[in-house]
Amino acid sequence: MTVITPTRYELPEIKHSFDLTEDQRMIQEMVRDFANQEVAPIAAEIDENHRFPLETWKKIVELGLPGIPFPEDLGGSNGGTLAYCLAVEEISRLCGSTGLTLAAHVSLGTYPIFAWGGDKLRADYVPKLIAGEYMGAYGLTEPGAGSDSGATRTTAVLDGDEYVLNGRKCFCTNATHSGTVIITAVTDKSLGPKGISAFVVPRDTPGFSLEKGEMKLGMRGSDWASLVFEDARIPRDHLLGPEGQGFSTFMKTLEGGRISIGALSLGIAQGAYDCALKYAKEREAFGKKLADQQAVGFKLANMAVEIEAARHLVYHSARLKDAGEDYGWKAAMAKLYASEVCMRASYDAIQIFGGYGFSREYPVERMWRDAKLCTIGEGTSEIQRVIISRKILRG
Amino acid sequence: MNIVACIKRVPTTDLQAKVGGDQKSLDSAGVQYMVSFYDEIAVEEAVRLKEKHGGEVTILSMGPSDAAKEIRECLAKGADKGVLLTDSEWDQRDALSTAKALKAKVEELGPNLVLTGRLATDHDNGAVGPMLATLLGWACVTDVIELEIDGDKGTAKRESESGVEIYDFQLPAVITCQKDLNEPRYAGLKGIMAAKKKPVEEAACEPGASQAEVTKLSVPPARKEGRIVGEGAAAVPALLDALRNEAKVL
Repeated sequence: MTVITPTRYELPEIKHSFDLTEDQRMIQEMVRDFANQEVAPIAAEIDENHRFPLETWKKIVELGLPGIPFPEDLGGSNGGTLAYCLAVEEISRLCGSTGLTLAAHVSLGTYPIFAWGGDKLRADYVPKLIAGEYMGAYGLTEPGAGSDSGATRTTAVLDGDEYVLNGRKCFCTNATHSGTVIITAVTDKSLGPKGISAFVVPRDTPGFSLEKGEMKLGMRGSDWASLVFEDARIPRDHLLGPEGQGFSTFMKTLEGGRISIGALSLGIAQGAYDCALKYAKEREAFGKKLADQQAVGFKLANMAVEIEAARHLVYHSARLKDAGEDYGWKAAMAKLYASEVCMRASYDAIQIFGGYGFSREYPVERMWRDAKLCTIGEGTSEIQRVIISRKILRG
Repeated sequence: MNIVACIKRVPTTDLQAKVGGDQKSLDSAGVQYMVSFYDEIAVEEAVRLKEKHGGEVTILSMGPSDAAKEIRECLAKGADKGVLLTDSEWDQRDALSTAKALKAKVEELGPNLVLTGRLATDHDNGAVGPMLATLLGWACVTDVIELEIDGDKGTAKRESESGVEIYDFQLPAVITCQKDLNEPRYAGLKGIMAAKKKPVEEAACEPGASQAEVTKLSVPPARKEGRIVGEGAAAVPALLDALRNEAKVL
């Protein structure tokens, strides 16, 4: 008889709870207050008009939110990944677009330069990104290379002390207001994914231009654009990490980014649930409140359970990162689960609202449209399953 | 210029209030607390005056040990240190005994100015500020919407039912703050992280016996459901009849 022993995962000794430290709680409450006062009132308008609210971004910078996970000597506040996630979650609860703006700026636009930029690039750019002098963006996706990022066609050829960039990137969040973009480009085609390198490209580089982003289903108050490189020359020292390591650099960048997309998803899910719960307690049908109808009560119960579980996964992966532990596949789990939870929660919220949910008068249809980005951006749900299954099967 | 801002922690304004088993106090189960709205304005004004004139802002509060949380929030917005007068029966003290306890600490701290909210958003008494000023023998202006300090003199604009009044006064003084005085800032990350390093002193206090006592606390009766008596001009006689004979308001 074959004996099947249960798989044992080694878990670090971290307290599993929602307990927050005093400063994490204060950051959470402060951002919640800010989001209620400054973000919620324009959330519907920026969605309707496809408008990036630069005024909100300036306030986010004033509060110091872009600096939460970075050290004080670079202008950050050394608050940690979990505090940063709490900020993203609280904003996303009321406006997914604005949550995405913050998450992309920090995790994609700033973190890679901080982590792999070395002393010079770090000192030149990270303080300005944290202080909000300009935004940061990350261009990975190309018209022909999305999940299959090994198919990158943008090239970087070394010419003396400069790299010459040619190619095109699309769907690049925050690009319009960026001062730097990080991109991946092929430096040696013969090496496949090991021939891809990452670069920091200053926005004013001659030969580098932007094309207006496409109209979007959701996240319409978040900016995106296409990047076009035509013999754009950047200094050789703007190579981010060693040549040929671009693939692993962006894989690691996305690992961290996924925690924040988990927080973004969690915020949208919580927002949809909050709206549905409030409506179900107010609206009557068949002589009683919606909330007292079992069909609605069960939907609310499912939402609450899934949001609770998603929150555990997201906070746990953030705590692992803060503790310096291996967090990559846990971040993939958090991102996968939370993004699918926010799809279900916003979908059910519309159902609870009925015809009003389908109307633009209520925010739940916007949350549902915003939620869809979360199962696609920074690795689709399918890619998350690839990462998780590989970890399970190959260790 | 040294300023003391007196704050009170009060239940959050979205509280669904329930009366406790003793019929005299709130059921504290699940109650969340916050800095009283007008006290936040007092803290903001204190920090702005410090930024303009220099000096130090001390947050003074009376309450249970947990109230250090609300003090910490004020430190995150720019105040320098906190003093918490701990009193296990803090929520049963009347205004006069609270004012007496605050007076002793204010005298010890010796500020040029005391700022506080026009009232706390729990009991809406609005009495502690003026009582504190009386006990100290200091000038007092209440419901202030504009405040200027110049040396040891001040000018305050206050709102009253008869209009706007402007007072000149001599420091030290107690000022109670009204809504339009300023727009309180958000703490911000730097402030929150800095607040961790600022001192909060806990000191026991002896407010003495209260002279006013809450004998009963009850939730106002639910409003009766409205009734539509008809539509258009034809409904006017029925409406008048209902207002005269049922509601007896005409």
